Order: sequence, then C-alpha cells, then structure tokens
Amino acid sequence: MDLNYSPAEAAFQTELRAFLTANLPAELSEKVRTGQELRGDDYARWHAILSAKGWLAGTWPKDYGGQDWTPTQAHIFEEETALAHAPRVVPFGVKMLGPVLLKFGNAAQKAEYLPRILDGTDWWCQGYSEPGAGSDLASLKTRADRDGDDYIVNGQKTWTTLGQYANRIFCLVRTSNAGKPQEGISFLLLDLDMDGIEMRPIRLIEGGYEVNEVFFTDVRVPATRLVGAENEGWTIAKYLLGHERTNLALTGLSLAALGRLKALSQQVYRGGRAIGDDPLFSVRLAEVEAELEALRISNLRLLAGGGAPMEEASMLKIRGTKIRQTIDDLARQALGPSAAPWPGHALGSNLHPAPDGGEAVASSYFNNRKLSIYGGSNEIQRNILAKEIFG
Amino acid sequence: MDFSVSEDRRILGDSLNRLMADACSFEARVCAAYAEPWHDPVLWAKLSDLGVFYAFLPEASGGVGGSGFDVLAAIEPLGRALCPEPFLGQIIGLRLLAAVGAETEDALAGTTKLAVAIAEPQAPWDPRDIATEAEKSLDGWQISGRKSSVYGGPVADLLLVAARVNDRLGLFQLNADQAARHTYGMIDGGGAAEITLDGTRATCLAPDAGAMIDDALDWGRLVLAAEALGAMEAAFALLVETLKTRQQFGRPLSAFQALQHRSVDLKIALEEVRSITIKAANSMGSPDQARCVAQMKALVGRGCLQMAEETIQMQGGIAMTWDYAASHYAKRLAMIDAQLGDVSYHLTRLAGGGL
Repeated sequence: MDLNYSPAEAAFQTELRAFLTANLPAELSEKVRTGQELRGDDYARWHAILSAKGWLAGTWPKDYGGQDWTPTQAHIFEEETALAHAPRVVPFGVKMLGPVLLKFGNAAQKAEYLPRILDGTDWWCQGYSEPGAGSDLASLKTRADRDGDDYIVNGQKTWTTLGQYANRIFCLVRTSNAGKPQEGISFLLLDLDMDGIEMRPIRLIEGGYEVNEVFFTDVRVPATRLVGAENEGWTIAKYLLGHERTNLALTGLSLAALGRLKALSQQVYRGGRAIGDDPLFSVRLAEVEAELEALRISNLRLLAGGGAPMEEASMLKIRGTKIRQTIDDLARQALGPSAAPWPGHALGSNLHPAPDGGEAVASSYFNNRKLSIYGGSNEIQRNILAKEIFG
Repeated sequence: MDFSVSEDRRILGDSLNRLMADACSFEARVCAAYAEPWHDPVLWAKLSDLGVFYAFLPEASGGVGGSGFDVLAAIEPLGRALCPEPFLGQIIGLRLLAAVGAETEDALAGTTKLAVAIAEPQAPWDPRDIATEAEKSLDGWQISGRKSSVYGGPVADLLLVAARVNDRLGLFQLNADQAARHTYGMIDGGGAAEITLDGTRATCLAPDAGAMIDDALDWGRLVLAAEALGAMEAAFALLVETLKTRQQFGRPLSAFQALQHRSVDLKIALEEVRSITIKAANSMGSPDQARCVAQMKALVGRGCLQMAEETIQMQGGIAMTWDYAASHYAKRLAMIDAQLGDVSYHLTRLAGGGL
C-alpha cells in the first residue's frame, strides 16, 4: 500500500493550489468563508474562471472540453477548492446532466448542450422530486404524453435548487403507466421559457431562498429533447444519482468547515478560556476530526477502485452528511447564545457577539439539515445498504 | 404522591391555550416573531390582562403564585404556540425585583417590561465570569462593560444589570433608554440586544446579589424547560400527523419500523424532559434547587436537539420549509439549548460536584 498521491497527482495538487492563489477572487472566497449567500452571478463568475482554464468539467473527456481527470484528481480538485473557500461548482450541468449526456445522449444532443454548459450559456436545474414523490421517487406523476413530434408535459416538480438562476431543466417524467413504476419513466430536457412553465420560490427554515417548485401545464416539448430511449429514464436517474452521491462524501467541504470551526473555537472565550481548550469541547472536536480522516480514506479507497458503485456511495453519503452536520453542531455549541442573531436583521456588524466568520453558524446548522434529506435521504441509503447485506 | 395539576393552574393553562389559539396563530406568530420590534404589543397586553405575570411571584411579593408548578402551568401553553413575547426577561426580572424587595406592581401588571443584562460575550452563562464593573462616586453608581444576549432588550422599559463591585456581584437598575442598545432579531424569532455601558448611571438594588442572580437564573431555566415541553409536544404532534398521512412506497410513513422506533425514542425523550422538569419545579426554593435545575436543563437541551433534528429528518424536505410550522419549532427547540447554559455547561457543573 502507498497512501501518497502519485507524482502526477501531487503535481496536479501543486498546480491547482497555485491556480487558486492567483485566480480565486477574494470577494468570492470571503463570501464562502463567512457563509454568505452566493448569487447567480457569483457562481457564473467562478465557472467562467474555471472554464477558461479548462477545469470547469475536468472529469469530462478531452474531446468534449474536459481533462479526463481520474477520480483521484477530481477528489483533489474538490478538497483543494473547498479548502481555499472557493464557491462550489454548480453540479446540475457539469456533474449531473453532462455525465448523463456523455453516456446516454445522442451525437446531436452532445454537440448542442455540452459546450453551452462549459461556456455558461446554459444553467440547468433538476426536476426530479415531486410533492408526492420524495424518497419514493419512482412514484412520480408528472406526465409527458406523446402528441405527434412533441410531448405534452403536465405536473409539478419541487426542491429545484437554484432554479431561479436556470434557463433549462432536466426532468424525470412519466411516459407509461404499464408495468412497475420504474418502467414508465423518461428523461426529458425542457427550456424554462417554454409556455406553460411557472417557477415559484420556496423559503427555507433559515429564511433563505435556494429551492423552488416548478409547475408544468400543457408544456409542448419536441421529442428530440428525450435523452436515451422512452421509458428508460430510471436507468439514467440511477446513474445520475450515483454520480451525485459520489460528491456527497463532502470531504473537502467538511475539511474546510473543520478548519473554520477550529479557528472559531479559539476566538470564543468563556471564563477566560477559549472554548477550543474546554475539555469536553476539544474531545468532541478530536472525535469528528478522526471520523473525517476515516471518511477521506474510505473515499480514496473507493476512488482508487475506479469510482463508487451505488452501495459504497451510500456509505459515503451517510457518513459524509453526518460528519458535516456534526461540525455545524459543534460550531453551534462553540458560539452558544452568540449564534442567535439572525443574519440581516439589525445589529451593527462590529457589535455582533460572534467572532469574525461566526455570523452564519446557526443558519448553516439549520440549512445543512438538508444534507441528510436530499439526494436520496439517509434512510433510503440505509435501505440500499441493507439490501446489499441481506439480499 | 400526587402528580395531578391543581384546579387553579388547570384553569390558567386552559385560558392561556385559548388566548394563544385566538391571538398567536402560526401566521400571527411568524409576523410578530421575525420583524422588528419582534414583539406584538396587543398580545402582550392580552397576556397582561389575563394576569399571567402574577403567577410568578408569591403573595408576599404581590403575586398570586410563585411556585415552580405555577411556571409550568403558565409557560407550557406559550411554548406550545411558540409565543415570541419577551416573557423570559420579565420573569427573571420579577424574581430579582422581589428578591431585593423592590416595587413589582407595574411589572406584575405587564405595564413595565423588564429585561435582564447579566450575560456577556465572554460570560454567556456563568455570572462568576462577568467583567462589567460598577463604581460608586459622589454622583452615584456608574457601570461600564458590555452586556450580551439581553432577551427582550429591544422593547424593555427597565434593565436589571449585573455588575462586579470589587469581588462581589451587584444588581443595578436603569431605564432602558439610558443604555446604548444594539437590537436584533433572533433566528428562532423574538428579539434581543447587545448593550454597551460606558460610565452609565444606574440605581443599585443590591451590592451583593450573587445568590439572588443564581436563583433568578434558575427560575429562567425553569421557564425555558416549560416552554420546551410545550414546543416539544407540539412538534411531536406535527410529526405523528405527517407520518400517519404522508404516503411513500404505497403506505403511510408510519408503517415503516425504522421511523416508528425513532418516533418512540422522541416520545421517551419528551417524557424524560417532563419528569425532570417536574422534579426541578418541585425543588424550587429547596437546598436541592441548583442541582435539580442543572439536571433539568441538561436533559432539556438534549431532548430539544433530538426533537428538532429528528422531526426535520423524519418528515423530510417539507420540514425544511418556512411555510410549515415544524421548521419553526425545530429552530426554537434547538436554540433553547444555548440559553442560560447548554448541555455541556450544566453537565460540567454537575460533574464538578459543586452543586
């Protein structure tokens, strides 16, 4: 065994660090570091910087504008960008639709959509969940009925993340009621300015707007917008969820959050002692740090095997989200009552009871409860793992 | 033994439940809780008209109650409705005024709103860590320091301030408009203030008030526990309703054993919190008070966090949304842990053997 990066991987890490130092705008990293909301133009700006270097979609093949990154290189990219407090790459086009089109799309679809993801022309969002189809995604009811060369789409999608900045949406739609629910689902590409589509914001627990619900009324979609074969959308959905889950180990984000937590815990004093030096608190900090190190090795073990199959991805998702939430919980404990002020609701910033970077601790604690719910809740992940163990 | 609730307290609880249903609906609560001044004067007046504050002091101090069980009866309905009114500061303040033998009439009637400025950024929970100092000169007492987490501070008329007088802790009073108040809304609703005092003149209520302040904070912890109980019950009821009605995989969520067991664990946590809160309420005024209250607040904090996190997780995305009450219960429950000492603080006190 050799747990070191190969010389080529280490060289990539060095190059990446130098690139981030030179090219990551300070305004963006400051927003990320302090937990401020990123707007659409913040993401677009960062995407453009990465795209100019050819690193926006590094895992894509070179023929399509990527770098043919190995899973380990992709992992290095995730960790280094997170540690530098870079915005995340918005996953819907680059990490979700892109891989789907590369595997299931026809030549015309690849030629039309992939370049537009890289150059920022298209911002895709995801139309998967419905009010009645969350964990039970296969029970989705949004219908696409064939009418000549078109589909007519009717129904409702929800939890559409960052849809307010998107111009296009990929959807799972029902094209047949025959057989098992999974057998009548298709994967369809829609433009959000098509007649009959309405998007409404959903306000979340901490007061922010990052998800939406989308309503479809007699939306006419050309049949050329079908990806893969009709009624084979579930295969695509499973493939895509596998990709989404690989990213959900969140090791980069957790490493960065742990670093911020350590800094924070040395700035909060109680009775003349930093909370980071409190025996109970420091034990908990040590515990989560050990857990995170184990998760990083789990992640690398799977990546070294060429990528994560569904079951192992489920383990990464369960542990990754739990560890990220534990770090948020420790930040909440570190600040105590100083976490209470609601960001943006009065109080001069120089009088904030939390130290620098701590203003969004409670917002983050509540908002990140989503991690163990979305992308297939952790209960669903446990079902997948239980099936693997017991058959 | 008798665990039944007395007739008087049952009537008070029923009246408050009716008032909350009428004047503190979910929609009304969200309006008042999250917008300046984070308080609804009409609701406060109705609480006052009902005489709720008289329940917190004994007859000798002008009240009609004053036992721990009066606190449970009066506050649990407010917690159930997530009432954002600044009753915590009012009750701690009333206990302090009564302890020093000061006038309580206007505060009991609700016409004077009290807030207590005890905590500081580096002394969030333990009064022994307080750095704010009071000095006596020919002009009277002057206080300098920074106070933090002054719940109800934005709308208070009167501030009760804890400040160091040499090696003791004194209690002082000043009109709220004499202090520099930096107000804010809290993420779980309601308002608080940071207060800066710079040679601010104040009236000394007691130059050696350490024991009174400890006692008043215990009463505040009991208020939080009673509020938590009401909120936990309401949050649990929403969870049970969702699990019974929401269908996934062709059956209600309540049919899944994994969710059944975790719901049962929440019910157990709720009953545990109720029992330790009853024990603490019973101990108020006894030599055992500080230890019982510390045990109570530790279990309250733990139970609140479990209820908050699990009700979100089990109901899923819907409980992450602003428009559904479950998210607001979760926020209030989680943030109760950090008020007047969190789980670790109270367990550390208990383990230290000083209580």
